[in-house]
Amino acid sequence: MNYELIGVTVLWTFLYGYIIVASIDFGAGFFNFYSKLTGDDNVISPIIQRYLNPVWEVTNVFFVFFFVGIIGFYPDTAYYYGTALLIPASIALILLAIRGAYYAFNSYNKEPKLSWTFLYGVTGLLIPASLSMALVISEGGYIVDGGDGIQLQLEELLFSTYGWSVVFLAIITVLYVSSGFLTFYAARAEDNQALELVRRWFLIWALPMLFISQFVFLGLREHNLEHFQRAQDYWYLFGLSLVSMGIAVFLMWRRRFFGLAFIMIMLQFAFAFYGYGISKLPYILYPYIDINTSVVNDAMAFSLTIVFILGLLLLIPSLVLVMRLFLFDKEYVRGKSSNKY
Amino acid sequence: MDDVIIGRVLTASTLGFHIIFATIGVGMPLVFMVLEFLGLRKKDDKYLTMARRIAKGYTVTVAVGVVTGTIIGLQLSLIWPEFMQFGGQIIALPLFMETFAFFFEAIFLGIFLYTWDRFRNPWHHWLLNIPIVVGSTLSAVFITTVNSFMNTPAGFDLVDDVFVNVDPLAAMFNPSSYVRIFHVVVTAYTTAAFIIASIAAFKLLRSKHKEDREYHKKALRVMMVIGLIAAAMSALAGDLSAKFLHENQPEKLAAMEWHFETEDNADLVLFGMLDEETQEVSYEIRVPSALSFLAGSSFDTEVTGLNDIPEDERPPLIIHYFFDTMVFFGMFGLSVAIIYHIAKFTRFNEHHPALLYLYVLTGPLSVAAIESGWFLAELGRQPWILRGYMRVSEAVTNAEGLGITLIAFVMLYIVLGATCVYVLLRMFQNKSVHADHLEMYGDKDRGGLLP
Repeated sequence: MNYELIGVTVLWTFLYGYIIVASIDFGAGFFNFYSKLTGDDNVISPIIQRYLNPVWEVTNVFFVFFFVGIIGFYPDTAYYYGTALLIPASIALILLAIRGAYYAFNSYNKEPKLSWTFLYGVTGLLIPASLSMALVISEGGYIVDGGDGIQLQLEELLFSTYGWSVVFLAIITVLYVSSGFLTFYAARAEDNQALELVRRWFLIWALPMLFISQFVFLGLREHNLEHFQRAQDYWYLFGLSLVSMGIAVFLMWRRRFFGLAFIMIMLQFAFAFYGYGISKLPYILYPYIDINTSVVNDAMAFSLTIVFILGLLLLIPSLVLVMRLFLFDKEYVRGKSSNKY
Repeated sequence: MDDVIIGRVLTASTLGFHIIFATIGVGMPLVFMVLEFLGLRKKDDKYLTMARRIAKGYTVTVAVGVVTGTIIGLQLSLIWPEFMQFGGQIIALPLFMETFAFFFEAIFLGIFLYTWDRFRNPWHHWLLNIPIVVGSTLSAVFITTVNSFMNTPAGFDLVDDVFVNVDPLAAMFNPSSYVRIFHVVVTAYTTAAFIIASIAAFKLLRSKHKEDREYHKKALRVMMVIGLIAAAMSALAGDLSAKFLHENQPEKLAAMEWHFETEDNADLVLFGMLDEETQEVSYEIRVPSALSFLAGSSFDTEVTGLNDIPEDERPPLIIHYFFDTMVFFGMFGLSVAIIYHIAKFTRFNEHHPALLYLYVLTGPLSVAAIESGWFLAELGRQPWILRGYMRVSEAVTNAEGLGITLIAFVMLYIVLGATCVYVLLRMFQNKSVHADHLEMYGDKDRGGLLP
């Protein structure tokens, strides 16, 4: 069997999952903080809390899953990324720790503190920025394999147009996806005031989203021409992504089918993300890690695949249960308790 | 300081901090599972109130456990990249399984915490405990197999630096896995039970809410039963570990016992001070031939001494102190649980203040025992990161900035730890259990939502 492809598909799918759920999570934290500043918090905070409370740990697991999986399927990544990312990844970890912990501290403290709300609101925007550095580095050019091991060219990374465009893409993605999700969630809660507020946020972020994604393409052309040219072979995926975005924005603007609109947002990112991923192959880290030569030994790859399938059999029903209880249960979403199970 | 030391200190501080929360994370679900069961079974909502309060506090510790767990998961690759590249070929499976177990637990914990009053049949809510206990225990099991693999590698052949005949299951269930899994899981249960016992005893001594006394006595009774069973099993696990080390890792046993000459009728050394130059031990309590008996159940078992181990493969001798601390504090918990039951079944008042002070100590001392146990286990396999295959000095990263990373993380742990304690205190200090009870179940003992 073709383990290197199975591995990369599984991992890419989990990274996609993480981008969606983490964007919702991080953005919701930021909007929660922002609404406290503008005094809109009595409108929007209850909705955000009701969604975030039961799922915040689950978000984190998607991330753990991704990095444990990538080291499992491609152990070389531990060596290259591990060495190169000591400082950037440590910063991301500290931010993640502050966010995760202070989110919980704030929800369980007697009265929430504004400074703690600030901590998890703002780290929510900084984390995607710092994590996206790993994707930037994967395009090659920032790591040199010298005689004494791997060295990260930190200076080159800090002054790179491509690097910064990806950082902004990450931040805008967070605000765009989460406001889109919150619009859908507020619509389910039939809370019109909250709906109008988040719908406005979503529409505000749609335009920069469009700009920054074009900008990233231009940056990629400058930075890794080979990858840029391969990406053009998959132009139709990027086209579909654009169409999905158009439908999503249209539906939101006309206040119709918010559920469908959010599915379109998910499709928009799915097309773009898989298009980017496919055109990137066969490299996980250009030009050092090639999926064909760095895959783990057969016995381990086989058992990882089996465990993965068994794991999914457990996870999918449990995730469905979570969604039924906290996402599609109208009574819960509206904040009423019910004893119907 | 050189990078090897900084890397070790950084890993030790992350793990040392994480282990407190991880142990609570593994043990505490069993505690509120039992309490909720008793509440439903006896139709007594006092137990249910306690289960709910403990679960609420547990969530705060879980948050810290989750973020520090994420940190150590990535830090392994950041600090020891060459080890993870090398070991990734073998330990990927249990790491992956650990994430699944954790995922499973996280999902059901989320459901559990937010559905206390949503089920018409409260037993359905109780059932949610099962995936939580299974998930948290299994993640301990899988991660322990990874650590066991580093102590006793198995399941592969190394030919010219290339792995052949890899058997992922044999690597997971390597020689030391069973003993260590047993030890880790039962000590986590013990510690969780004693932590709650400590709190109950402390509140009986100091709380200003007199109406809560009944709750604390009930909690103490349940926790001492769990504590007694789990602590007795921990003692058994410790004994099995000694026998295991004798067979498979004699250098660790010899170093933790300051045992230099290979001999039968070897003495067990308790406490004492060592002069490393002359190998002289002073101020010690010497139990004749006991080490031989511990290692092989008979006094004429020959125990390998340190002098028969190559000098550059000897673990540091400081681990003897950690060994003493672990055994002494572990035994303390077991003894206190026995004293509680003796006092309860004789005429003596089991809530006598003198005894309460003893109970208060069980929780903190159990945590101290866990910490020293891990320091013993980890320092005891020095100089190896993968025993027999890779030394710690060969595995450390060559990236710059390890020193500043260490400072940043230590500060993070101090801040997180302090805030966590602050939140937990604020959560429970001024609110009596009885007030929580009224809020959750009204003023009659009607067993909550019991039909």
